[in-house]
Amino acid sequence: MATIDKTKTTEESGETPKYKVIGTRPIRHDGADKVTGRALYGADIKVKGMIYGSILRSPHAHAIIKSIDTSKARALPGVRAVATSEDLPEPGDKVAELGEGSVVLNHLSSNNLARTKVLYRGHCVAAVAADNIHIAQEAASLIEVEYELLPPVLDVLEAMSESAPVLNPDVRMEEAATGEKSDQPTNIAKHLLYEKGDIEKGFAEAKYIVEREFNTSTVHQGYIEPHVATALWNNDGQITIWTPTQGTFSVRQQVAELLDVPSARVKVVPAEIGGGFGGKISVYLAPVAATLSRMSGAPVQIVMDRTDVLQATGPTPGSHIKIKMGVDADGHITAAEAWMAYEAGAYPGSPIAAGCMCVFSCYEVPNGRVEGYDVCVNKPRTNAYRAPGATNAAFATESVVDELCEKLGMTPMEFRLLNAAKEGTRRVDGVTYPRVGLVETLEAIKESDHYKTPLKGKYQGRGIGSGFWFNAGLKSAVTASVNSDGSVSLLEGSTDIGGSRTAIAMQFAEAIGLTAEDIKPYVVDTDSVGYTDVTGGSRVTYATGWAAYEAAQDLKRQIIARAAELWDVDPDLVTYEDGHVIGPDKKACFKKIAVELGTTGEPLVGRGVSNHNEPGGAFGTHLVDVEVDPDTGKVDILRYTAAQDCGTAIHPAYVEGQIQGGAVQGIGWGLNEEFWYDKEGHMQNANFLDYRIPTCYDLPMIDAIIVEVPNPGHPYGVRGVGEVPIVPPPAALAAAIYDAVGVRMETLPMSPPRVLHELLKKES
Amino acid sequence: MAKKRIVTATINGREEEFLCEPRQTLLEILRGPLDLTGAKEGCSNGNCGACSVLIEGRAINSCMVLAVEADGANIETIEGLAPGDGLDPLQEAFLENAALQCGICTPGYIMAAKAFLDENPNPTEEEIRFSMAGNLCRCTGYDKIVRAIQQAAAQRAEQPASCEKETV
Repeated sequence: MATIDKTKTTEESGETPKYKVIGTRPIRHDGADKVTGRALYGADIKVKGMIYGSILRSPHAHAIIKSIDTSKARALPGVRAVATSEDLPEPGDKVAELGEGSVVLNHLSSNNLARTKVLYRGHCVAAVAADNIHIAQEAASLIEVEYELLPPVLDVLEAMSESAPVLNPDVRMEEAATGEKSDQPTNIAKHLLYEKGDIEKGFAEAKYIVEREFNTSTVHQGYIEPHVATALWNNDGQITIWTPTQGTFSVRQQVAELLDVPSARVKVVPAEIGGGFGGKISVYLAPVAATLSRMSGAPVQIVMDRTDVLQATGPTPGSHIKIKMGVDADGHITAAEAWMAYEAGAYPGSPIAAGCMCVFSCYEVPNGRVEGYDVCVNKPRTNAYRAPGATNAAFATESVVDELCEKLGMTPMEFRLLNAAKEGTRRVDGVTYPRVGLVETLEAIKESDHYKTPLKGKYQGRGIGSGFWFNAGLKSAVTASVNSDGSVSLLEGSTDIGGSRTAIAMQFAEAIGLTAEDIKPYVVDTDSVGYTDVTGGSRVTYATGWAAYEAAQDLKRQIIARAAELWDVDPDLVTYEDGHVIGPDKKACFKKIAVELGTTGEPLVGRGVSNHNEPGGAFGTHLVDVEVDPDTGKVDILRYTAAQDCGTAIHPAYVEGQIQGGAVQGIGWGLNEEFWYDKEGHMQNANFLDYRIPTCYDLPMIDAIIVEVPNPGHPYGVRGVGEVPIVPPPAALAAAIYDAVGVRMETLPMSPPRVLHELLKKES
Repeated sequence: MAKKRIVTATINGREEEFLCEPRQTLLEILRGPLDLTGAKEGCSNGNCGACSVLIEGRAINSCMVLAVEADGANIETIEGLAPGDGLDPLQEAFLENAALQCGICTPGYIMAAKAFLDENPNPTEEEIRFSMAGNLCRCTGYDKIVRAIQQAAAQRAEQPASCEKETV
């Protein structure tokens, strides 16, 4: 595998590795539980006396709820509670900061239980709790709802027109820069505009200009574990939620706001989480389960099925994007302009701002203009999905870049090396990059065996694409308790979605001078650790890792002070180095001194917190070879290589895994995945057979090249790695398809019918 | 509601008797009354493979089998795979290759891979990818899963399992 592994390369070159633990590949701490079936995921949680909930969902994409009659459901034996939106507090027009931007609580509440209208098929209308799931489902089907049907609007451009049916009467178009709002209700919730330089002058200087329009389909995060929540509203008013989530503290806050109780009255216990990718931050079930628990007096578990997951959660927005770019005769970009409209789904909140910031993020753009719109349509409320907003944008920009390269007679590699964003590049939205590693990822691809190996077949083609993601910092907390044998139990608030327990433990071990196996990391509930923001934004290894580093520093300080006391020397003469506490005439390793201190005084407990915001953006460049079947339009991937600046790879195997997994999600987005709606707004493929995520048979091995340009804003140089690998694949695939068969694909996914359509169009 | 039936089956080598309604799937009974929650429900219609268990040595989606159909069957689940004092080579290979991220598909993957390797001890990469395509993983991109299965196959070839199965 073409992985540049720092530990290996330094070993081979005879240099001393910089780190002892970082860069190694220990077995993950939760490994045995995960391969034996012992790990408890959301639906594996059983609480004594638990009953089961079922949700009645809207069969219509857009309708007014005239009445709900629950009497037949209530009369069914075994039914313990029935809830509608009337059982949730009325949030008025309150706005809450929920960790991923401000949310109008009425929208979030209505998304959990519809109030006056249903806005998408699958929208939750009522909920039942019963002795078993079958009774609950039967009771839900007995609820009678009278709807007044309204025409749905599913296309983002149609939704922007003045004649479009308006989803939310309270939504006005907000100018992002000024906060000004329009007078009339509209589906356009936000308008953004970023400008840099003189766009007209830039295009006047261009020798070649390419302007194209792109459409991307709505796609889903596709985590294998459906959403589930178990809730107990205890007799003293304390609420406990067991749920798989990317953010226990975010769930606590959302539940508290929606149920109008103080957040300290809500405790959230994280279950193991079976995938999230951004889609397990918003609550769907927890407030409903808690309400049913309050009404029934029993703990209530609600589990979604796959249809619910696809119809009513996620997705990431479909979009319409126009890109215009100009280059001079030497190939320098002179101007770039983007117009982007992203589906928000039922309620405002698409990742349009991130899309706008990412659209030209890989390039030095002297003159730029980016305009974006957040638009409500009758689809589920969109949620974050791995580098939210960036993949749509990169597909459009990189496709135009590929066409410009052709006009210039430059290779895509030459063009990118010439125009690549680097330290000091100012994006169109005004942000200036610190030290970043885009150029290094391009060079890594250029040097790869894959790049140097020519293609052979007639219908084969090669494409390249780059992508960017900001990464995030935010707040994290950990507690480190030294055990009697000198091992350390590490409590953290970051739910572990892909092996981060070990990456955090490794940074702690590096800092204190222990092995990864000496550390016992645990993800604990909201009452057992300090506030920690969501597992998202590729922030955990960076920020929670930093908190673990600080906890180690705290322990070191305590050990120095206590050792000085024990040895009866001046603390200033005691140091801690390389896992040893060192006095003027004595030296002891961590384990030895920890055991000794444990018997001579108070326990050793370290605390570490972090709230830094220099996450050091991540860039990736992907190279793909495809073969297109000219008779069917099917695209097969022959070879795939992804290079990514990972700062410092803490656990290289799991870093590769993030790159490989992200790349494959991007491949699915590029080639297969889309929500199919009929005219009435009914999703036609709400199952894993028809909403087809890539299988192992669709793919070759994915070569991951780890490029390490350490982030100056972290003690170990960490950059988040999880998100950016989803960004380049659709663009790289589109370029490869063009190289193979000469058609420019401007709509995602590039599924066989679409490719075939373009091929037939080209022939005629 | 139809009357409950008594079903007897051998599960992980032990004879178990349970009551079930005719409409209940094997997966529901495994996860509920039998408390074997290693098999996961990802789709409930046979598309994702997260609920894979073995019946008479063959990998099946337990969400697609009614519990009453399992009467008299020999069923193996992830809970019965590891020997008492360690892990099965497949389980070790998944850990050593970092072939899991969230881990929800892992029990199903390991059970399906076990049935596959029992039938085809020396598979090509193509054969692994073809035969495992019924098990979806959204995290890993499959690269490390395929490598783990390759490693387990190689390890099995070195140390053939002696007392693996007690079935016919």
